[in-house]
Amino acid sequence: MSRLNNVNDLSLLRENLQEKIQAEQEDKIIITIGMGTCGLAAGAGDTFRKIQNELTNRNITATVRSVGCIGMCVKEPLVDIQLPGQPRITYTNVVPSHVPRLIEEHILKGLVVYEWAIGFVPPEW
Amino acid sequence: MSQTSAGYPETNSQILSSYTELPFYRKQNRIALKNCGIIDPKNIDEYIARDGYRALGNALTELSPDDVIAIIKDSSLRGRGGAGFATGIKWEFCRRSRATPKFVICNADEGDPGAFMDRSILEGDPHSVIEGMAIAAYAIGAHEGYIYCRAEYPLAIAHLKTAIAQAHDYGLLGENILGTEFNFDLFIKEGAGAFVCGEETALMASIEGRRGEPRPRPPFPAVSGLWQKPSNVNNVKSYALAPQIILNGADWFNSIGTQKSPGTAIFALTGKINNTGLIEVPMGIQLREIIFDIGGAIPGGKQFKAVQTGGPLGGCLPASALDTPVDFDSLVEAGATMGSGGMIVVDEDTCMVEFARYFLTFASAESCGKCVPCRIGGQRLLEALTRITEGKGTPQDLEDINYISRNMKEGSLCALGQLTPGPVMAALRFFEDEFRAHIFDNQCPAKVCKGLITFTIIAEKCEGCMVCLRNCTSDAITGSKRQPHVIDIERCSRCGICATVCKFDAVKVD
Repeated sequence: MSRLNNVNDLSLLRENLQEKIQAEQEDKIIITIGMGTCGLAAGAGDTFRKIQNELTNRNITATVRSVGCIGMCVKEPLVDIQLPGQPRITYTNVVPSHVPRLIEEHILKGLVVYEWAIGFVPPEW
Repeated sequence: MSQTSAGYPETNSQILSSYTELPFYRKQNRIALKNCGIIDPKNIDEYIARDGYRALGNALTELSPDDVIAIIKDSSLRGRGGAGFATGIKWEFCRRSRATPKFVICNADEGDPGAFMDRSILEGDPHSVIEGMAIAAYAIGAHEGYIYCRAEYPLAIAHLKTAIAQAHDYGLLGENILGTEFNFDLFIKEGAGAFVCGEETALMASIEGRRGEPRPRPPFPAVSGLWQKPSNVNNVKSYALAPQIILNGADWFNSIGTQKSPGTAIFALTGKINNTGLIEVPMGIQLREIIFDIGGAIPGGKQFKAVQTGGPLGGCLPASALDTPVDFDSLVEAGATMGSGGMIVVDEDTCMVEFARYFLTFASAESCGKCVPCRIGGQRLLEALTRITEGKGTPQDLEDINYISRNMKEGSLCALGQLTPGPVMAALRFFEDEFRAHIFDNQCPAKVCKGLITFTIIAEKCEGCMVCLRNCTSDAITGSKRQPHVIDIERCSRCGICATVCKFDAVKVD
């Protein structure tokens, strides 16, 4: 991280980061887990570890990120799966035992597991 | 990436709804929460990519401190901690104070039972609060800030620490921020969890290392606050909104919400409601829309009974008030308060006397003891309410409740004592029948208060399965197999387990 010496530096950094994030969304599998206090209380920690284990065991390269509370605390742990260039789909109440099927169907076959999905995060959010 | 070529989303995503179409989000307008759950709060880059620190940059290079205050004043932003005082005017008072140094303070001592708005913002988007505080510091002329966060929020504190360190690395905190003359440093003070430390003068005493007790105002913090220096105290949500207002303008903010309460309100929706969660709605939305459309109504098909807003210092509103618009003034007019954003829904199974007693137990236990009306008034109120829930209440208790409440409101030193009677007064106003039923008819209409209910087994319905007998915690049930059982009222502790475990609906509560 280098120091931002003026507002232009900040603008440039912003533009670079926006491009970087966009590029990442276009060519990486991104898994997002709600890990605020509400998520953790619902067991997001276990879900997080299960996802990482499964990805390692199956040799899948994906970006796994944790975020705060998006509001639907009652449906935590929330796990979003975003395949390259596709919408970010949210799964609710994802316990560790749900993880293998989500990876097999959604990540490996590209099929949404509808019975556990609630919706997708609109791109403008 | 051959594994991803399986044909979605074109066909699939049409079946799946966007968040904006989900009932939970449809009526929401996420401004302060716009990044929560979207960005990784531990990575400043994700915040910057979403226009983070852009408002600070604009303020430092294009706006004078007076311009910033003018925008906040024009936006009519009202403090989201609960009192709803105009934020811009508060900043202006502090700017006009001559003494230096000045301080900006963020009140993150969120202590209401069932409230988690501030925690969620600090955990999910800590930079929005840091940026808001930096803007405020620039506006009032401060170079040092404190975030007073309760120690029970370890994740929020961890994320804040990471965020502050990252902001320092980029030169967004510290000296010569973004190459300007402006210096600003930020510190976290962990509170030990006293509810009264959410009161601004007690909060500042606690930062100074003194006992967390309020003092009379004036002088207000803007004149003499932390270490007797001019200080600006705002809630987490107020600071989180400030960058958005600087970026989008006062007119934009005024276009949301109502004329007197522009912008959005953030609520932690809890209790007997299907969609427990955190919401941000435009001011002026009806309570009914929040509870039934966003909240998804009451679980188990039960009847809505009341909603408590403003936490243990707020008040409850009955079903007849469901059309009330949610804004600072309408809620007070209806008999409750906006408060900091707790919203607790209760159903027909809740006894409103017991409900009020619960909040009173909390508030009176949290009295710091400095002033007499709060210290003794709270105890006497609690005793009266306890007598009523035990079935020992008298008409005199109702008079006493009114008398004590009035005096606490008039005579207490700070908002804690002044508002402690709130839940009782609101419950008494809207549910007086229930209080009277306890006192005059020896009945608890919701069948909750143990001193006023009895459990009996309906012999015709009882199959003699012995499940209740085995589960009884006080050995009060007798009977033999396939013969109707009997509850010994003398031994019964009224725990209600028998009614819960009975498969034949044979346990009656009177």
